[in-house]
Amino acid sequence: MSRIEAEVGKPQGGFMKWIDDRFPFTETMKYHFTEYYASKNFNIWYAFGVLAFVVLVIQFISGIFLTMNYKPDAVQAFASVEYIMRDVEWGWLIRYMHSTGASFFFIVVYLHMFRAMLYGSYKKPRELIWIIGMLIFLVLMAEAFAGYLLPWGQMSYWGAQVIISLFGAIPWVGDALVEIIRGDYSISDITLNRFFALHVIALPLALIGLVFVHIVALHEVGSSNPDGIEIKDYKGADGVPLDGVAFHPYHTSKDLVIIIVFLMIFSAVMFFAPDMGGYFLEHANFEPANLTATPEHIAPVWYFTPFYAILRAVPDKLWGFILFGLSVILPLFLPWLDRSRVKSIRYRGWIYKTALTIFVITFITLGWLGTMPVEPVYVMAARVFAVIYFAFFLLMPYYTAIDKTKPVPDRVVYHG
Amino acid sequence: MVKMKRFAGLLVLSACFMSAQGLASSGGVKLEKSGIDPDNIKSLQRGAANFMNYCSGCHSAQYVRYKTIGRDLEISEEMLIDNLMFNADQTFDTIQASMPATDAARWYGTAPPDLSLLARAKGTDHIFNFLKGFYVSADSPTGVDNLVREGTSMPHVLWELQGYQNAIFVEHKNVDGSVTRVFEGFEQLTLGQMDSEDYDEFVRDTVNFLAYVAEPIRSIRRKLGVWVLMFLTFFLIIANMLKKQIWKDVK
Repeated sequence: MSRIEAEVGKPQGGFMKWIDDRFPFTETMKYHFTEYYASKNFNIWYAFGVLAFVVLVIQFISGIFLTMNYKPDAVQAFASVEYIMRDVEWGWLIRYMHSTGASFFFIVVYLHMFRAMLYGSYKKPRELIWIIGMLIFLVLMAEAFAGYLLPWGQMSYWGAQVIISLFGAIPWVGDALVEIIRGDYSISDITLNRFFALHVIALPLALIGLVFVHIVALHEVGSSNPDGIEIKDYKGADGVPLDGVAFHPYHTSKDLVIIIVFLMIFSAVMFFAPDMGGYFLEHANFEPANLTATPEHIAPVWYFTPFYAILRAVPDKLWGFILFGLSVILPLFLPWLDRSRVKSIRYRGWIYKTALTIFVITFITLGWLGTMPVEPVYVMAARVFAVIYFAFFLLMPYYTAIDKTKPVPDRVVYHG
Repeated sequence: MVKMKRFAGLLVLSACFMSAQGLASSGGVKLEKSGIDPDNIKSLQRGAANFMNYCSGCHSAQYVRYKTIGRDLEISEEMLIDNLMFNADQTFDTIQASMPATDAARWYGTAPPDLSLLARAKGTDHIFNFLKGFYVSADSPTGVDNLVREGTSMPHVLWELQGYQNAIFVEHKNVDGSVTRVFEGFEQLTLGQMDSEDYDEFVRDTVNFLAYVAEPIRSIRRKLGVWVLMFLTFFLIIANMLKKQIWKDVK
């Protein structure tokens, strides 16, 4: 090496310094990974955020490969899915990954949201994280709904027909709105094309953006924990929270174990029961969309059924639509509906514990009722549970305020 | 590890809420189990022959290639060409019906459906009972009706094998004066070439084949799944050791 090269060409501080002078790489890694401190006493409920991210990645990757072979065309769509299943190398694996992933996305997200209700994660100062999370949930529902039309099966077609026509219940603008959504007087090739555009570009883009903001907001205030204590209140001399451990390598190594277990369950379904008995892939969707034959029994995919049950429980079309929308949107207000002084269920009284248990039973029962045919006994049951569903949220300011709470310790409970 | 087990339990539990969702009802008739064995290659081979001889005249299986059948059911290329490919020249061709769909629609009122995915759409029990459920009916233009699918426009293609049968219904008066017809059983009118056990076996093989064509990769995915789970188990052990090592100082 010549003397000039040694003096001029060699960057001072090595390659990383060269990068860091131009892009905050090391700083970002520290901020989000190696020096992001989260409570050491996370339990399994705290894994579902990471798992939701894992499923997001699965959906993106499998989705990209599906798009390479899928045809968004009313004549060819159904056949192209079968082409993927039969003729494309590993196409069946990609398709099952995507269809299984869709259902697992909702399983994981529902459990992730339930974690927030268990430990009051939405409470101050994390209200904005919760609101962004709810927006993610809404976009995810739209994404799933748009995606479900693409295979162009009977249930794709008629499910979309039913849900889109709901917007027709809105006074004055309803019919026009339905036409705008469909782009046609009925669901057609045009609808399929625009749903494809929404499913592969618009909504995933929104999803990515919101997930990014969700994580930035989380890392600004810091993660909560099962005790509902702010670990930042007790810092050591080095400025590190005494009860916190770095996200990397502590939480990443723990998450890796959980991710593998999750992938095992995911694989078990994907390889051995991809239909999941008609819940993940509905039987009627193996018949191509037929505009002249309505299936005997139209039910949305399982993850929409709790809200669908509420919709059907209301005799009036407009009110059904309003309550349906309200049931989806109500959890957004949890940070203000919940008046409890404590965050975690560990230190709450019996009233909230009972209410939350009833809520879980209600949500699952509504989900089941949403899959059942419209018969008086099921509709009646759906009405009862719909009332309980709304009562859980609307009465929350009262029962959480009067609920007796236990004293919250200063430091997190950790048993190693 | 206790936490891991609880986590696994949780997800299994959530999966349990999704126990088998019933298939579309079949006119209130209790369906007999088809009892197919998807791993029985011999049964699938017989089913393939049944399908080509009795079904493919009118029904297509437009997503299925002969070549794939040959590969999966261990049927040689010569065997395929000589014995199974009535409507095709090349082994990579898909199964098309001999009868033109437009004529079929004119003759039967509706074109016979494609059978590629029938088993996944209707379930194997449904098809099994349908193929066994034809009975003589004077009201129908084909002379037969079907217990599972009332008013079907499909004639009893397998009459030579099964013979013709009568369906016995008992009428029950309801409280509101309406009448419900309840199926009691079949009564053999003319004998076919097969006795009822052989016919059941014939239908079972055919249904087995239909289940295979509905998802040809089924056996491949199950085999691969075992390997994937074995790999993940191994990976889990390593990852857990790593986690323990990293966490050992956290008090």
